[in-house]
Amino acid sequence: MTHWLIAPILIPLLGGILQVFMGYAPIGLRRTLAITTTVLMLASSIILLVLASDDSYRIYAFGNWQPPFGIVLVLDRLAALMLVLTAVLGLFCHIYASGGADEGNRQFHTLFLFQLMGLNIAFLTGDLFNLFVAFEVLLIASYGLLMHGGGTARTVPGLHYVVLNLVGSALFLIGVGMIYSATGTLNMADLAVKIPQVSGSNVNLVKAGGMMLLVVFGLKAAILPLCFWLPKAYAKATAPVAALFAVMTKVGIYAIVRVFPLIFGEGAGELANLGMDWLFPLALITLSMGVIGALGANNLKTLVAWQVIISVGTLLAPIALGSEAGLSAALFYLISTTWTVAALFLVSELVASQRGLAADNIIPAPRMHHRTFLSVLFLIGAVAAGGLPPLSGFFGKLLILQSVEPGVEMAWLWSVLMEISFFTLIAYSRAGSIVFWRNVDGPVEPPAPLGNRVSISTGILTCMTMVIVVLAGPLSDYTRATAEQLHNNSGYINILQTPVHVPQNPIVGEKN
Amino acid sequence: MELLFALVIGALTASGVYLLLRARTFPVVMGLTLLSYGVNLFLFATGRLATGQQPVIGTAANYTDPLPQALVLTAIVIGFAMTAFLVVLALRNLADNENDHVDGQQENTSPASKQEQEVTSK
Repeated sequence: MTHWLIAPILIPLLGGILQVFMGYAPIGLRRTLAITTTVLMLASSIILLVLASDDSYRIYAFGNWQPPFGIVLVLDRLAALMLVLTAVLGLFCHIYASGGADEGNRQFHTLFLFQLMGLNIAFLTGDLFNLFVAFEVLLIASYGLLMHGGGTARTVPGLHYVVLNLVGSALFLIGVGMIYSATGTLNMADLAVKIPQVSGSNVNLVKAGGMMLLVVFGLKAAILPLCFWLPKAYAKATAPVAALFAVMTKVGIYAIVRVFPLIFGEGAGELANLGMDWLFPLALITLSMGVIGALGANNLKTLVAWQVIISVGTLLAPIALGSEAGLSAALFYLISTTWTVAALFLVSELVASQRGLAADNIIPAPRMHHRTFLSVLFLIGAVAAGGLPPLSGFFGKLLILQSVEPGVEMAWLWSVLMEISFFTLIAYSRAGSIVFWRNVDGPVEPPAPLGNRVSISTGILTCMTMVIVVLAGPLSDYTRATAEQLHNNSGYINILQTPVHVPQNPIVGEKN
Repeated sequence: MELLFALVIGALTASGVYLLLRARTFPVVMGLTLLSYGVNLFLFATGRLATGQQPVIGTAANYTDPLPQALVLTAIVIGFAMTAFLVVLALRNLADNENDHVDGQQENTSPASKQEQEVTSK
């Protein structure tokens, strides 16, 4: 049992607690400590990534209870990948926030670190109820972050977001309760063993519970009938918060990828592939809906918020088809799209700060300041998001297209995805050409200064798409191995047999 | 007892959903509270309803499942915190928009006039 597994949870927890008591400390000190915490978290995530690369499962049993009786953290390739993805994103958002966005609320860094902790618990946990708790931890931090900076414009979307997620939590509990009443366990590995043995009237109970979980994960991921809260909430949030929220929808997708192939996979007997036949058409409709919203957006942040929904649809379609290649392609695209969308949120905020009253509305305005720098960043982001070569969005979509086997699904996916990419390009070219090229005469307000921290963090996050292209070989090897690991759930089930190491010295055993 | 229990859960959930759909912040808060009561009772029932049995394996022929109670306790704590936050947010909404509608405005206010308000407030 390696203690490294708890590090990505403990580090932001301790850092966050420290920040609670430092509300009145000088802001420079708060920023330094907060960013140090995030850097340490990134380092620990990278260590876990290296550990996970040997294809084994590592568990961390709280209180040394042998699973399935205690709560366990499980580290595999997927968890490690999500941890690093989030830590990199969190670090750049945090640097951006320390460029001025964190002023006006003494507890911004606390909330930010608790949000990262909630995300990390969700990625590491091996227990369904613990996943619920992780969702609540990351949600309550996100409620605070969403309202950060205040303004009446944020109250109503914030209220909608909170109420919807509370209803989602209620559904999650009902789903978990149904599954527990039929199987008597909430440990994911144990569920994978017990669910194929469920028989009689309990099958329908588990089926209903599973579908409810799918609805809740769909709400988090913003699949079509459940996605209308997202554009308003994200477009109104402060840029670094909106950028961090780019990974929140991916938590929903992560939960689907983690829970459904494992528990309701091929081996689940009567309940095999539960809900997946619903997911594919919904994913395609989500895609179409997203692009309609993007075409109709009247400011840059709303456009990017709809891009979040487009990427959710793109990710879910291959996941719903359930092939190993599709899963691997989706994971590759997930890395690319999360960083790209986050970078676009940051770029939009910078553009808004340089255009005076016009802000990020897609209307002609007097010539903006720092036009070259910002337009190049926007171009890179748009090319990556739209899926044009040579950036990573193109390779992600190409892998997704290649992964589909010939048939009806292939016809649907290819035609919808190609058309969507085309319309996405139109949306971005329209927005870009109006915002950057169409200038009207008029007085230009003195711009807000473009600080080093915000420009550098935005620049690097935007260029991550090129890093993905350069590292495409190792990355796609990694995602392929991850998909293989997810498809073969016997390894995950084996953690039940792994004896939890009981040290000779009992004091060490009580460390947790 | 099972029938009574099921009816209570059903009534709580139904009233909760009805109040949620009222589109005013106070009924919504009450609705979410009732819904979480219903969910908590439901979770409690997942360990099967039994009286007078011990929650420890091996001490008696029959035992009752102690885990749902731990789950309910967690759910109650989380639900309480979330409700507190929601109440504060609802009050903020009332103060900001001088209205307790969840959309921050009456249905008869046209969207155009709301946009004007936003522009003037900037």
